[in-house]
Amino acid sequence: MADLSLAGPQGLGLRRLPVLGAILRSRAASLGFAIVAAWGLVALLAPWLAPYDPTAIDFAAAADPAPSAAHLLGTDSIGRDLLSRIIWGARTTYAVVPLSIGSAFLVGIAAGTLAGYYGGWLDHLVGRIGDTMLAFPALVLYVILITAVGPSMLNIVIAVTLAYAPGVSRLARSQVLALKTMDYVKAAEARGEPALYIMALEILPNARGPLIVDLCLRAGYTVILIGTLGFLGLGLPPPTPDWGGMVVEGSHLLSVHWHMAVLPCIAITSVVVGCNLMADGLRETQQ
Amino acid sequence: MISFIARRLGQFLFTLLAASFLLFAVTEFSPGNVASKILGPYAVESQVDLLYDKLDLGDPLLQRYTKWLGTLLGLSSNALADPAIGLGLSDPRGERYFGNLGFSLMQKEPVVDVLARRIGHTVVLTVWAIAFIVPIALALGVISGVNAGRPIDRGISGLTVTLTSLPEFVTAVALLLLFSAWLGWLPGTSTMTAGDQWSAASQLVLPVTVLVIASASYVTRIVRASVADTLRRPFVRTARLKGLAPRRVILQHVLRNALIAPVTVILLQVNWILTGVVVVEAIFAYPGIGSLLLQAALFGDIYVVQALTLLALTVAVGTQFVGDIAYMLLDPKIRLR
Repeated sequence: MADLSLAGPQGLGLRRLPVLGAILRSRAASLGFAIVAAWGLVALLAPWLAPYDPTAIDFAAAADPAPSAAHLLGTDSIGRDLLSRIIWGARTTYAVVPLSIGSAFLVGIAAGTLAGYYGGWLDHLVGRIGDTMLAFPALVLYVILITAVGPSMLNIVIAVTLAYAPGVSRLARSQVLALKTMDYVKAAEARGEPALYIMALEILPNARGPLIVDLCLRAGYTVILIGTLGFLGLGLPPPTPDWGGMVVEGSHLLSVHWHMAVLPCIAITSVVVGCNLMADGLRETQQ
Repeated sequence: MISFIARRLGQFLFTLLAASFLLFAVTEFSPGNVASKILGPYAVESQVDLLYDKLDLGDPLLQRYTKWLGTLLGLSSNALADPAIGLGLSDPRGERYFGNLGFSLMQKEPVVDVLARRIGHTVVLTVWAIAFIVPIALALGVISGVNAGRPIDRGISGLTVTLTSLPEFVTAVALLLLFSAWLGWLPGTSTMTAGDQWSAASQLVLPVTVLVIASASYVTRIVRASVADTLRRPFVRTARLKGLAPRRVILQHVLRNALIAPVTVILLQVNWILTGVVVVEAIFAYPGIGSLLLQAALFGDIYVVQALTLLALTVAVGTQFVGDIAYMLLDPKIRLR
């Protein structure tokens, strides 16, 4: 094993600098992080925070679904507590989004780094595959998948991975191309470090900045996509409370009980705004 | 230049071919599934097996893809139209014609006919949307970029950042609540049927607005960034120092250079709008190909889904091709061998 102290200050020093520090340096990013983290906490603590079972039907409330002392945010059209459903809906979003984004970035970063580092035919191949994938909009990809095999969480993850990995791979590749001529990379190569070590520990930690900004932006898009799928009735099967599905159920009663559609809309939008604020704030601190 | 276009055209065709293979591979990945989709949920096993044989679904994937492509190009006939299968599917255009996309399982008629009824509505929707997106985004982007950092820029930027965070269906719900439920000025659905109490124009207002809000805000940000970036370049300073009127500097020096990048972005928006169209058509029950795609996907109508995705792919890859050519024609610095 190589002596790590030779890796140079850029190689290991920057990697220790926590992302949290970069977030806290920007007011926009802190606000965004606070919103995203608060919803994360809600998702985590849903069983203790929710006043009711999200699928329990209160027949008395269904007659008058407006917000009341018993149901703080009112109920939906069949008398299920809206606050509980929004709290549990956060779980759906926070289960699907990190999984699909994580998978997309894993594939994209691996492909882009290998393509950028080795170049040649591998670079060409990854580029071509990426071009082909980019021709499919994420929603259309998912529609094809459900036509073939039906809706499921796995298919959402596959669709998001296929749709976003090419873009991530392009970004990672451009970063690697710029970094691989750096002295510390040359030094590691001269020491005879294995290529995988150089890519994972010398290059990637320094390419992290733009990738994290991209991660925040794409997380926002994915929240929108998951909401849209739920809204279109293509998401996870009911009665799983998901925000997009709640909006479409409520939108039929918009003229009488507007809170049913508007409240889950606010929940979705707040998470997206949180992700975008983090992206904008982090981009500014990097410049 | 000819060779550049030829090379791009080659790439365009290659990407289209690869993407169509991927599309075919995913939708017909499981051949047994294809046969039971065609026959519906009440088919008995022997029927499914018979169809499986008749359609040669046991052949290797690549072979089936070649056949599918041959049928599409009018070189071979569609096995589903064979009267011996007894599905009662027939095509008035004959067995072989260019653009043969098979039969809709939902409507029991050629996919081309189903498409022809719907596509006009979607074209109207997107053309109106683009007709508003481009001028609005250019105007707001240039105003914001030229005044970078001033209050007017902060206002426009704040607005566009907020609007890009809104999913299309949230915008739609908000607009429906305001203009349809509360004010009653506009219809809640846009079915475009003759004899509706609402005029066709009033039915288009909300769908078009949702698309414009979703896309124009994004294009505005690109235009703004490009204009603000160009203003910092040395040649702009030179033009100013030469004593040219600020108006002339902006119009002749800045805009000509700043608008090259947004042109490609605007063309790529067509791809974005396609996604938006699916959502908007579903919300407003608009009878275009976006809502058709959803119905087909939920029904399991594989041939309609294949046809619509192929159409989307052609539009997406095609606009990219046009974008590359436009970029080359616009940017005097890019002159290729």
